[in-house]
Amino acid sequence: MTAPFAIIAALTIASAVCAMALRNLVHCALSLTLTFAGLAALYLQLDAQFVGFAQILIYIGAVAILIVVAILLTRGSGPAQQPILSPLWIGGVAVAVVVFSLLTAMIASSSVTRRGFAPPQPDITVRQIGNQLMTKYILPLEVIGLLLTAALIGAVIIAMQEKETK
Amino acid sequence: MADTLDQLFVLLKHSVVGWLPAQWQPLGSAIISVAAIILIFAGLFAITTVLERKGLGRIQNRYGPNRVGPYGVLQPLADGLKALTKEDIVPRAADQVVHFLAPLILVVPVFLALAVVPVGRNMVAVDLDAGVLFFFAVGAATELSVFMAGWSSRNKYSMLGAMRAIAQMISYEVPLILSAVTVIMMVGSLSTVRIVEAQGSYSGWLPDWHVFTPWGLAGFVLFIIAGMAESNRSPFDLPEGESEIIAGYYIEYSGFKFALFFLGEYIGMFAISGLAITLFLGGWHAPFSFLTWIPSYVWFFTKLLGIIALFIWVRGTLPRLRMDQLMNFAWKFMLPMALINLVTAGVWHFMPPGIVRWLVCSLLVLAPYVALARGLLQHKAIGKRTYRYAD
Repeated sequence: MTAPFAIIAALTIASAVCAMALRNLVHCALSLTLTFAGLAALYLQLDAQFVGFAQILIYIGAVAILIVVAILLTRGSGPAQQPILSPLWIGGVAVAVVVFSLLTAMIASSSVTRRGFAPPQPDITVRQIGNQLMTKYILPLEVIGLLLTAALIGAVIIAMQEKETK
Repeated sequence: MADTLDQLFVLLKHSVVGWLPAQWQPLGSAIISVAAIILIFAGLFAITTVLERKGLGRIQNRYGPNRVGPYGVLQPLADGLKALTKEDIVPRAADQVVHFLAPLILVVPVFLALAVVPVGRNMVAVDLDAGVLFFFAVGAATELSVFMAGWSSRNKYSMLGAMRAIAQMISYEVPLILSAVTVIMMVGSLSTVRIVEAQGSYSGWLPDWHVFTPWGLAGFVLFIIAGMAESNRSPFDLPEGESEIIAGYYIEYSGFKFALFFLGEYIGMFAISGLAITLFLGGWHAPFSFLTWIPSYVWFFTKLLGIIALFIWVRGTLPRLRMDQLMNFAWKFMLPMALINLVTAGVWHFMPPGIVRWLVCSLLVLAPYVALARGLLQHKAIGKRTYRYAD
């Protein structure tokens, strides 16, 4: 474990804990944003430039904004009245333990760990990702692109129908 | 001689780095690049404020600042001293931590974005493989800063300003990125250095910049308009509309924190203009083949000052938009034009070069422009302006 990894991991985990534990919902959302940034830093540390930047662009630029706007539109931004710990916390802990042990078991049984601790580092450039998207994965890309463009234009057309005034 | 002059700063940096012991060299090189970016663009910020106030004064038929120094050129110095010595007031109800962090979260990403803008031959802080993506990714963090400033002030006006700013930034980010995608499609790279290199050739003595193609011209205009909106410049300065919501999201900021917001806004404008130059105006390349002996960084900063002059001119000329006009313009005009421009770029790529390609692509840009403008103005009678009260 290298020092940068330790710092990034500690920051990510601490901000994730804050996102659950803070009383003010907007503070929770902001610490969740910090968690997203920590994840992006982890991707970048693994030399995955494209995923890292896409994570920042989508999660910090769009998802975090969506969350804070949703919080402001649905309730007051003051601190919540009810206690932070839900009465069902035992169930939550049980689910977390089950998921964690399942993930650990899966990772332990996968072929990645048997390959030893220094796997050959794949040198994936953005160009290679683009080439793969344009050749091997062209159909999923086209379907997603069509879906998103249709959604975008649909939203504009819904907004286009201005209400008749007078 | 011309080559040495062109690479002057690169050579200077190499010689300074060369004195350092080997294990400190990468760190030293990074620190020199960062210091250069911060110093140069902060200096440009100071020059721009005085140019803008002078220019706006000229447009509005008044003098502008003329008291500090000859012709008021030392005004930024006085402004800076004033901002530094002013009392920093934080409202009692404000959320202290978030209120403190908001200006920092604005300033850091906009400086980061400048790291991928090539300001001259071999003069880029980091040549990332995904440079343009990095630029837009760090730019996205500014929206969060605006929200933090507006929310933490616990002021209805600043909250309204933040909401306006977020709505505006998200809406205009779509055409901004879509118009940049055309260039990425044509060059086939996300690296800003590669994009500049792709525009380096000359046909005759005219340059092969992207702006001199139908799709490039449409993309450039869309990009500049969206960039103006992204950096909250007039006529898109609704978030700070003084007449309605006083100063928007930074209403509760004073002293140096306010100066940081001001700085962040201007650096953001430089970054967007720098990217526009990189994508469409040939980066640091000379506009004519017989002018290539002038150093590359001179051309970059000349173009940058040109775009800033355009921004100041637009600010002095156009009135502020209304909120619904702003949103309609983004979603009903800019977005369809950007999508059509993507198709135009594709057609341009696959047609053989020649006059037919020019005609077809120009038609593909102009016909939707006319049709959209006509369609959006359908129900509105545009005629001579009449004044109800002011006659």
